[in-house]
Amino acid sequence: MKYLLAAGLLSIATNALADTPVLVVLTYDSFAAEWGPGPAVEKGFEATCACDLQFITAGDGAALLARVLLEGATTDTDVVLGLDTNLTAAATASGLFTPHGQTPALSLPTPYANPLFLPYDFGWFAFVYDNTKLTTPPTSFAELAASDLKIVIQDPRSSTPGLGLVMWVKAAYGDSAGALWADLADNIVTVTPGWSEAYGLFLEGEADMVLSYTTSPAYHIGAEGDSTKSAALFTEGHGLQIEVAGKLATTDQPALADAFLAFLTGPDAQGIIPETNWMYPAAMPAANLPASFSTLVTPGKTWLFPESDVPAIRDAAVTEWQDSLSR
Amino acid sequence: MARQPVPLTAGLIALGLALLTLGTAGVVMANGNGLRLSDADFAALQFTLLQAALSALFSVGLAIPLARALARRRFAGRGVLITLLGAPFLLPVIVAVLGLLTVFGRAGWVNDALALAGLPPVAIYGLQGVVIAHVFLNLPLATRMILQGWQAIPAERLRLAAALDLPPAAILRHLEWPMLRNILPGATITILTICLTSFAVALTLGGGPRATTIELGIYQALRFEFDLGHAASLASLQFAIGATAACVAWSVAPTFGFGAGLDRGYHLAPTGWRLCADAAVILLAAAFLLLPLSAITLRGIGGLANLPASVWPAALRSLLIAIPSAMLATAAALCLALAVARGGLRLLDLSALLPLATSNLVLGTGLFLLLQPVVSVAKLALPVTLMVNAALALPFVYRLILPQAQALHRDYARLTAALGLSGFSAFALITLPRLARPLGFGTGVAAALSIGDLGVIALFAGEAQATLPLVIHRLMGAYRTDAAAAAALILVLMAFALFALFDLGGRCAAPE
Repeated sequence: MKYLLAAGLLSIATNALADTPVLVVLTYDSFAAEWGPGPAVEKGFEATCACDLQFITAGDGAALLARVLLEGATTDTDVVLGLDTNLTAAATASGLFTPHGQTPALSLPTPYANPLFLPYDFGWFAFVYDNTKLTTPPTSFAELAASDLKIVIQDPRSSTPGLGLVMWVKAAYGDSAGALWADLADNIVTVTPGWSEAYGLFLEGEADMVLSYTTSPAYHIGAEGDSTKSAALFTEGHGLQIEVAGKLATTDQPALADAFLAFLTGPDAQGIIPETNWMYPAAMPAANLPASFSTLVTPGKTWLFPESDVPAIRDAAVTEWQDSLSR
Repeated sequence: MARQPVPLTAGLIALGLALLTLGTAGVVMANGNGLRLSDADFAALQFTLLQAALSALFSVGLAIPLARALARRRFAGRGVLITLLGAPFLLPVIVAVLGLLTVFGRAGWVNDALALAGLPPVAIYGLQGVVIAHVFLNLPLATRMILQGWQAIPAERLRLAAALDLPPAAILRHLEWPMLRNILPGATITILTICLTSFAVALTLGGGPRATTIELGIYQALRFEFDLGHAASLASLQFAIGATAACVAWSVAPTFGFGAGLDRGYHLAPTGWRLCADAAVILLAAAFLLLPLSAITLRGIGGLANLPASVWPAALRSLLIAIPSAMLATAAALCLALAVARGGLRLLDLSALLPLATSNLVLGTGLFLLLQPVVSVAKLALPVTLMVNAALALPFVYRLILPQAQALHRDYARLTAALGLSGFSAFALITLPRLARPLGFGTGVAAALSIGDLGVIALFAGEAQATLPLVIHRLMGAYRTDAAAAAALILVLMAFALFALFDLGGRCAAPE
């Protein structure tokens, strides 16, 4: 306790002495982690702004939104970084965000413009497998359902990728999504609460494939020099996740927040993202991607629901998923 | 026994527990849009009750022969084994699940062995997997609770039984069964209530959305629906089940007593087939509990070289939270247990069960709603986690101390009064030594739980306040499974060292 008090007093003292403006960015754990983009982004931005960039964290994208809604107008946060396109409708409805005013040249696979939310990276959902154990991966959901391959997926009620998969299947299969889930039921080993449990189970050999991203193999190549992981390309196309940042209307540092959002989509921060967040940068030509991304598969077709349609489609699709798998 | 007025401290502790659990749920409710339960919630309720009841029955049912075997036999390494058996209970959930899967999973050791023998594989995913995991996590706790009951039967009664040449059935009827009737209801509701709030274990091993628990509903309501009223309704449902279970347990648990003994060591050790049966029980239980622990150790060793630097300050932070929080939990649990043993209100007993039935997420959200408008929550992350972890650990310590505290009161209250001992001298000469064993074990459990529990830190922590469980969580969320396994090994070793230190301390300080 003593050291806590001392640390608290010390931080108050340094803040008062230095008198530099502070920009508070709320983001998910893995962005701010020492192995994530956070530290390099912080260093890069602080070199340009004469300010103190502070990250505060909440578990994942959904936890970020929950925290913003809990705090409401009493928040200290200036910028929220890490929502995705399945959450932006609810975030917009809260009325807590203000237009970002940025117009970067985006390199997304599908046109995207939202006055409140600025994309900084994206990724396609995909099933990842071990290419030394599975030499002919399925090329579609239909082929996967017909095979006796085992998969681990995440629960759409507690996990962002899990919800992404349900929305992907709904987009690709429409009214027959329920039938596809029923066909997939015997392939699903289990459903985990979050991405990390599912990926852990896959690495333990509990399943042949796991729902993750087309960029997951890049981590194993870039960070571990291991090229045994691949993502399966499906002919039905792939669901897209776009991660976005937004400026809160209650910010006391609007100019600094604008400068940060501009930095986030600028070449420095965009160059940091691929090999720290293991996603595609949202505003960078493909030619500038690192070598670890060179062997990744690129889907032929991309699925993304209009953001305003998400809440209605999501509830029906999750119920359909649950009913089909509970039978 | 005449009802005594409730001592002020015990009353304040009970009030504090009620505020922290029911109060935070009330705050969440007040911020929501009215109460609401859906059809899906009732399906979840059914599965939650089923898995919790089965898990509790199997944990306690299997713990009886194990505790009896451990009470009757003396062998080299017995003390170490009893300490080691406490370890699964202390594991962070996801670490325990991965350890179990290394042994029982589709590609696990058991199925490898079955394949070698040409046998079909066994599937762990499903209701059976949920129950196996809950038994793995809770069997050690149940065993220790029951073992303490056996150790509390005075040696004089056992000598008398031996002198009378009582057959095993008569010993069971006159000595063991009365003790079990006293201990089992409390042990069963404790484990049932722990399993009620299960979320990650139930879902991951349950194999699909059929294995939906109420806690998942709470998570969904808070994270994806942002429906505080719905979350509060589900939390109330959990409290209601916990309270009902507690009432049932009270109605079946009789008050009983063997009278005081002279603390002379003696244990019945029947020979013949009973010796073989005891040996088999101990070996099977040790294999079931220790194999997954070995798997966790083996997985962790490989990653030790790649641990990120942030693991060490996080480990220190976890220690600095765990030790005071364990002391706090034990002191509060002792106050409550002594008050209840002296004939205090049943409400005190119920207050000690509340934290078990609490959803961590609702508690954290309620605290967040209360504190956030007033102070910067990141500045309070560590003290809040310390308090919450103490409250969450209290029920375990309380349940371990209570039977012994009751026996202490029955057997020594008159002697203490006759000797004119009161206040500090009674506490130091009678209470502490007589309760040393459960106090040591309880503090050990509390410290280990506190070090291994994510608690509410995830909702509050700023950039530089992560505890070790949070770092593991973050490593796993960033592909770094090897480093996460190594950090988990360090966590397990720290939890275990703390636990063993307090537990052994208590056992050494106990008479006998």
